[in-house]
Amino acid sequence: MSDVKQTNFSRRGFLKGAGLTAAGTLLEHAEALTAEVKKAVHEPATVGPDGVAVRLHINGHLHATTVEPRDTLATTLRDQLGLTGTKVVCDRGACSACTVWIDGTPQLACMTLTLDIGDKKVTTIEGLSEGDSLHPVQAAFLKHDAMQCGFCTPGMVMACASLMKRNPHPTRPEVAHAISGNLCRCGTYPRIFDAMDDLSKNGSTSRAGLVMPRTMQEV
Amino acid sequence: MADEAMVLEAQAQQEKQRKEGVKGEAKPTRDAESSDAKKPPAKDVSQTKTASVLFGIPQLGLTHVDRQVPADEPPPLPENAKLKYVGRPTVRYDGAAKASGRGKYTADIHLPGMLYAYMLGANVPHGRIQSVDTSAAERYPGVKAVHVIEHDYGGSAELRDPKEETPSRYPVVRYAGQPIAAVAATSQSIAEDAAKLIQVKYDPMPFVVDRMDARQADAPLVFPGPADAAGSAGGGGGPKDVPQTGNVHGPEKKTKGDIEAGFKEADVVVESEYFTQVQTHSALETHGFVADWKPDELTVYASTQGTASVRDEFAEVFKLPKSKIRVITEFMGGGFGAKFGAGNEGVVAANLSRKAGAPVRLMLDRRQEHIVSNRPDSHQKLRIGAKRDGTLTAIELISYGTAGVGTGAGTAGPATNLYKCANIHTEENDVFINAGPGAAFRAPGHPQGSFAFEQTIDELAVKLDLDPLELRERIDESPARKVERQIIREKSNWRNRRPAASDTGPIKRGMGIAQSVWYRFVDMDSSCEVRVSKDGSVEVLSAVQDIGGGTKTILAQVVAEEFGIPPQTVQVRVGDTRFPIGPNSGGSVTAGSITPAIRNTAWQAKQKFLQTVAPALGTSADNLDLRDGNVVWKDNARSVSLRSAAAKMPTSEIAARTMRVPDYEKARLLYGGVDCVELAVDTETGRVHIERVFGVHDCGRPINPTGVISQVHGGILQGISYALFEQRVMDRQKGYMLNANLESYKIIGAREVPEIQVELIENYIGQSSTDAAGIGESAGIITLAAAIGNAFYNATGVRMRSIPMTPSNVLAALGKTSGEMTV
Repeated sequence: MSDVKQTNFSRRGFLKGAGLTAAGTLLEHAEALTAEVKKAVHEPATVGPDGVAVRLHINGHLHATTVEPRDTLATTLRDQLGLTGTKVVCDRGACSACTVWIDGTPQLACMTLTLDIGDKKVTTIEGLSEGDSLHPVQAAFLKHDAMQCGFCTPGMVMACASLMKRNPHPTRPEVAHAISGNLCRCGTYPRIFDAMDDLSKNGSTSRAGLVMPRTMQEV
Repeated sequence: MADEAMVLEAQAQQEKQRKEGVKGEAKPTRDAESSDAKKPPAKDVSQTKTASVLFGIPQLGLTHVDRQVPADEPPPLPENAKLKYVGRPTVRYDGAAKASGRGKYTADIHLPGMLYAYMLGANVPHGRIQSVDTSAAERYPGVKAVHVIEHDYGGSAELRDPKEETPSRYPVVRYAGQPIAAVAATSQSIAEDAAKLIQVKYDPMPFVVDRMDARQADAPLVFPGPADAAGSAGGGGGPKDVPQTGNVHGPEKKTKGDIEAGFKEADVVVESEYFTQVQTHSALETHGFVADWKPDELTVYASTQGTASVRDEFAEVFKLPKSKIRVITEFMGGGFGAKFGAGNEGVVAANLSRKAGAPVRLMLDRRQEHIVSNRPDSHQKLRIGAKRDGTLTAIELISYGTAGVGTGAGTAGPATNLYKCANIHTEENDVFINAGPGAAFRAPGHPQGSFAFEQTIDELAVKLDLDPLELRERIDESPARKVERQIIREKSNWRNRRPAASDTGPIKRGMGIAQSVWYRFVDMDSSCEVRVSKDGSVEVLSAVQDIGGGTKTILAQVVAEEFGIPPQTVQVRVGDTRFPIGPNSGGSVTAGSITPAIRNTAWQAKQKFLQTVAPALGTSADNLDLRDGNVVWKDNARSVSLRSAAAKMPTSEIAARTMRVPDYEKARLLYGGVDCVELAVDTETGRVHIERVFGVHDCGRPINPTGVISQVHGGILQGISYALFEQRVMDRQKGYMLNANLESYKIIGAREVPEIQVELIENYIGQSSTDAAGIGESAGIITLAAAIGNAFYNATGVRMRSIPMTPSNVLAALGKTSGEMTV
């Protein structure tokens, strides 16, 4: 069985316990730590390999689930919570298909351990738009056909929407820089540039005309 | 523009091409073979009618030709400019689902009780398996099923005479990573952990992973005797009736005319040698399946380019009736030729599901994706003879390429199809090495072939002191290419092209072109059903899959055109074998195969609908049409909404279903394009920077020009990526792929994208009720490496004889380093 335990932690850098996560958060407020918490920080309880209960703030909702310490956020989102809009392509931080926002900053879900999320707020592609309406970046992608197979699209949209928050009028080189980590095999980059150029010049007005109802329109 | 003489000449040439056919072309895909096998029934004149159908290219003037067509064929369509929805830029039908993450790909499918699977690959490049011990994996908590592979379905060649190898329970391992066994467990990580506990004992054998080494007389043999590989539904595979010497499978010889006489006739002869590397497909969604084995039906979600091809292989492997197999592909994350049939991963997923009694998801990991398929490499020697005026008198091509343990490395497509030449001789050889099997990859054989052939044509232009466009003007008979070159001349920067090596500084700029052709293949297994419901809603159903090319959108457009309703209001249901059969998406067959079936079915459904509601509307069906969401009277200004007319249907639903009818005439037709590249070469760093690409392409009648141009962008960018960055690197000591990932196997990113301009021409051929064709193959992937090579020469005066044009290869070619090129 000892073999089994070793291989159980074979994925990227196994985490001794959730205590490390707690430590990261709590050390910022070291003065407020009780002696008991200090002890926990210095002698973290071993967590796993069995499931650990977590509560995650995702797209404005609190989700309670159980994860393995080695689970990445991408795995948790996709396999535990059914949020499959976040795609896994390279699973090692090379392609940015799994881009989500953590506390508003684009991050790679495949390179983030779920236990490290703590109280941080996660936004996924599913949380970018409300109901049947589209985020301006999504509407611009639709208008300019900035997708083919669509597998890189959620990551591209998350990267571009983040750019628009920081810089509402990006130039083409700025867009290229923002998505320089996002790989697309179909070659949709030129259309993405067109979409972002439209948004940059005309703002988010294109949203109104392009809301696509999920249900069939009346004939 | 519409000079009558030019029109007549163009028509005569196109007719001639059609009658003569083009001999000695590259291997057709299995689609083409099978559609040849399904001979159209002899035409019974009583069941046909004469139709005057559109013909020609608008820039050369449009005309009409008479065709015998089936009696129930819908009226011929006019040109795109006269249509309301077909030919108009149209929003991608499933774009909102893709942009919002709602679209469910195979990798996203989660069924109740579903297990996760992982395949263990061989860690030796060549060897016989002595034993496979799965006991530790079976005991591992969370494991529900283990399967050991006893037959390989991965596309490897198979011995013509299996007796040349000692029988074994397990397939012989011929490449590192070849799947051996798999585990299904309650989580992906448990499956991966458990798979690593499987103990495999090998008798290792000598191996070879380099094409040149494998051709040596004393090279380790990948197969102990002659071996052949079948192509997939997407093409690939090599010839079967060729000799094999050692690891060299071939040559496959094709001859037209008298090659020696051709060289004697020549005033000039150009000889050249070119090398291309192995490229991996790198689709973002890896190959994968969710298999749900139930006693009464096997349901398979597949990341595939052919729901029909998947069902076929599952039926064959598991001896199941096709009626008991359901294949679903609603969203698909890229294939590029690599995803047909069940493959090892599909067969293993189904076996695990049967054993575990639960649905199983098996997606390859990224490393496996790089190993299981590729575009073969090439080493090509070309000899072209020509008259002073450019007339080609002889083309000779000798090529060697490796498709690993598979075949299909032929490169003769461009040399045998692009230009007029009476004497052509080609010899194509596959070289077996211990690496993953090659597979169809976007225009199989053509990017390699074009890199050598279109650069050699430019070498000829230099020798004849002719402008490369002018030389092609003299040797190319295609009216479409003629129009495309004219547009390049008028609208690109070609007129500003300078003599070779004009820049004196370290940054040297240049311009080059290359042309492509691809074949018109039709898959007769193209069918659909169109339904009209009593509430006026319209649905189209077909098993055809949308692999990202926008098939759903063009289906909606074609139905919309017949019913006079916006495409977004047509409900498109595809990618499910419960619907009428659809074509496998390989070789650019989809649009040309399925859209005539869609149109004919929609037209028939519309006739049925009008006949059904006409009495209630107090007129005859002949007097009614559908337009702008209304039923309109032809003889007066009356109209009622489609919805209110549908409410008068006596039944809840009216439906029609048809199969693809054969093309109106037996013909060999080619599509293609011309691409012009502008680039800068930094002769100090060796970096090649593509600055601008101007492409002009044709694909019959474009149904959605937006989607077509998007695909051309993709072809151009994959072509740049192939020419500059991509390269499989094999470890010669250990025999495995070193860069089976997306950080060291480089594909093009946003910052390497040049300014791209694409124009489409319409090319009506009078062959079907839509005259559409696919663009996937001819969309730039064929031309770009060659056009970049030609531009590189124009910039530097030096020929790049191998790709990828990495800085080190470029510096070596420029004589700046003593380093050897890595190909």
